[in-house]
Amino acid sequence: MTSIGILQIAIFLALILICAKPLGAYMARVFEGERTFLHPGLRWLEVLTYKAAGIKEDVEQKWTHYTASLLSFSIFGFVILYLLQRLQGFLPLNPQGFGASNVNPDLAFNTATSFVTNTNWQGYSGESTLSYFVQMAGLAVQNFASAAAGIAVAIALVRGFARQEKKTVGNFWVDVTRATVYVLLPMAIVGALLFVSQGVVQNFGAYTEVATVEGGKQVIAQGPVASQEVIKQLGTNGGGFFNGNSSHPFENPTPLSNLLQMFLIFVIPGALTYTFGKMVGDTRQGWAIFAAMSVMFLIGVFVCYEFEQAGNPILSRLGLQTGATAGQSGGNMEGKEVRFGIANSALFATVTTDASCGAVNAMHDSFTPIGGLVPLFNMMTGEVIFGGVGAGLYGILLYCILAVFIAGLMVGRTPEYLGKKIEQKEVKMAMLAVVATAFSILFFTAVSSVISFPEKGYWNPPGAAAANLNNSGAHGFGEILYAYTSATANNGSAFAGITANTPWYDLTLGLAMWIGRFLFLIPLLAAAGSLAAKKKIPATAGTFPTHGPLFVGLLVGTVLIVGALTFFPALSLGPIVEHYLMHSGNLF
Amino acid sequence: MWQQILPGLRIKIFLTVLLGVVYPLAMTGISQLFFPHQANGSLVTAGGKVIGSELIGQSFTKPEYFQGRPSNAGANGYDATASSGYNQGPTNKKLADRVKAAVEQFRKDNPDYHGPIPADLVTGSASGLDPHLSPDSARAQAARVAKARGVSLEQVRELIAQFTEGPDLGVLGEPRVNVLRLNLALNQRFAKPQAVAK
Repeated sequence: MTSIGILQIAIFLALILICAKPLGAYMARVFEGERTFLHPGLRWLEVLTYKAAGIKEDVEQKWTHYTASLLSFSIFGFVILYLLQRLQGFLPLNPQGFGASNVNPDLAFNTATSFVTNTNWQGYSGESTLSYFVQMAGLAVQNFASAAAGIAVAIALVRGFARQEKKTVGNFWVDVTRATVYVLLPMAIVGALLFVSQGVVQNFGAYTEVATVEGGKQVIAQGPVASQEVIKQLGTNGGGFFNGNSSHPFENPTPLSNLLQMFLIFVIPGALTYTFGKMVGDTRQGWAIFAAMSVMFLIGVFVCYEFEQAGNPILSRLGLQTGATAGQSGGNMEGKEVRFGIANSALFATVTTDASCGAVNAMHDSFTPIGGLVPLFNMMTGEVIFGGVGAGLYGILLYCILAVFIAGLMVGRTPEYLGKKIEQKEVKMAMLAVVATAFSILFFTAVSSVISFPEKGYWNPPGAAAANLNNSGAHGFGEILYAYTSATANNGSAFAGITANTPWYDLTLGLAMWIGRFLFLIPLLAAAGSLAAKKKIPATAGTFPTHGPLFVGLLVGTVLIVGALTFFPALSLGPIVEHYLMHSGNLF
Repeated sequence: MWQQILPGLRIKIFLTVLLGVVYPLAMTGISQLFFPHQANGSLVTAGGKVIGSELIGQSFTKPEYFQGRPSNAGANGYDATASSGYNQGPTNKKLADRVKAAVEQFRKDNPDYHGPIPADLVTGSASGLDPHLSPDSARAQAARVAKARGVSLEQVRELIAQFTEGPDLGVLGEPRVNVLRLNLALNQRFAKPQAVAK
């Protein structure tokens, strides 16, 4: 690690910290329906949306209706996105002439699921598959929509804690509209222009053909990238316009644009912790969560950075420099870009998997085993280290419920959180969410490791599901484990060597995304409904305070232990054994 | 119940128009007005012709040019319609073999360089389109380029120093050299390679 590398990590976290309060307070006002400084300019758009969609602004919903609305929003999004992809040949803005043959039905299912569930796993290469129109009117719209839906659910859960003896948790349509109009869109407009100033392209031209300096031919892919890039990060979506994602120079041309990308990923999740504190009437509660997240973030980023900088001993034996010098970054540069080097690649990988973003500026498949274990483990925790927009907050609140439950068991007292008794129903719902996602990851990974299909058949033309891998041995197993973890956690990053665009993987990964999104969301909305109906009980001397360092420690412990106990066996078969194999020089 | 469900279709259509059409069109209009160079791909012209983008690496194989990093974009590398890394894991035999071959090739092509091999020089980039080299990786090729062009090593080194960009704002990212811009400067400053007697 270099001091300038550590300094960059510190600058990044400081930026997120500085913005947490102002943005968090602003969002609290937005979702409480109060006026903000943007209302004079944007209220008309909010009202227009209500009119266009037939939404009654002042009607609140019970949790069941809130959930039904969420499902309707997602399913219509899925249908529209599926059709846009399949019909792209008949739609405008398609200079490269892509058609339905580029997107077969199982890929279209996978991609539509992927963008609706905020996963943005990509079984295709954008630049050789999708028209500009599908990218901007299909994918980018879902980037906004799935992010807004995530924020809405988080706000509903927060209302569950904030309210008492209420039957309702808010109105889904109103929350989604406000998240889009007052939070996502204004930030996207500013961010998109900043990206363009750095060199991110934004045009509708055909791909540019140039004669290179040595007299060769190079065709350069173009497109309306910046407008999509910004919401890809801000909505913690992560689906790249190009196959190279944020390593592609047209998506992420400079270290400055790289900082902006990481900032956009974390800024809303960081600020939502403050929104939470504000809405439950005790900002210390929000800061406690922010602190727990920061601790886990820093552990991850420094472990990843350390191992990536140490590099691959198999390559250093060939004469490669692994130490950093003034003129080169050293370390494990396979699959990384020179402008980002080791520090910014490790930081980005940690950020994108702490959040449920999944954009990558370096190829995680080529990380060292422990460097790659960090993103994998981050996703396995359910992405609660800042986490996805909204998803991070409702995920960490689930762990808060578990943490006070465990604390309650230790002292033999009914657990409380924010004055609400945590009883059977809440704990059951929290456990359902944890078990459903763990099951999805481990079950599908196990099946794909052993299942075999007829070669050149429909389900998986390469034959065995393990034949789709680009790497053998422990790392190959890691590719499968990473794929289902990423899909279930709605992350979308990959150990990208795996060829996942076959019916078997398209469908099972798609299923994992649905499970990971909705078997997580719905139990939490049920808990929100049950919490909102409860009375607040005043704190007494026996109440366990949930804003101090003891609670922060307990929360971090709960997240890490639940993750470790569930996934340690699978991780040992993958990255952990691979680490030792690499150091003993074994090749596969 | 329909009251909870029907708005789903209507809002999606509305958002598709607002966020899928109006927003990107507006962004494109503003970008084309204020940042036309960047918005269209930071294209570089030489002799009146577009010869590439300063952000997109291109393939250089001749000794008189600085050569970029190994690329897995497309079959022959640096295909800017097929960005991709190699995605080979650290214990993959293909990775070890590939890097070994690249090191041997580099030593053969650069007999006057005896220093260590910078990590980026022989490893594949993430996008396959990395436009940069680390300054050390450029300096490692200086002797070969100078010889091929019949100029002094000092002159080439000076040019590298001139084209070395520091971290953004003094702290962000890594020092780097843009390979295309450096090679164009070589052509401008020194004899055209075709004119160099072999």
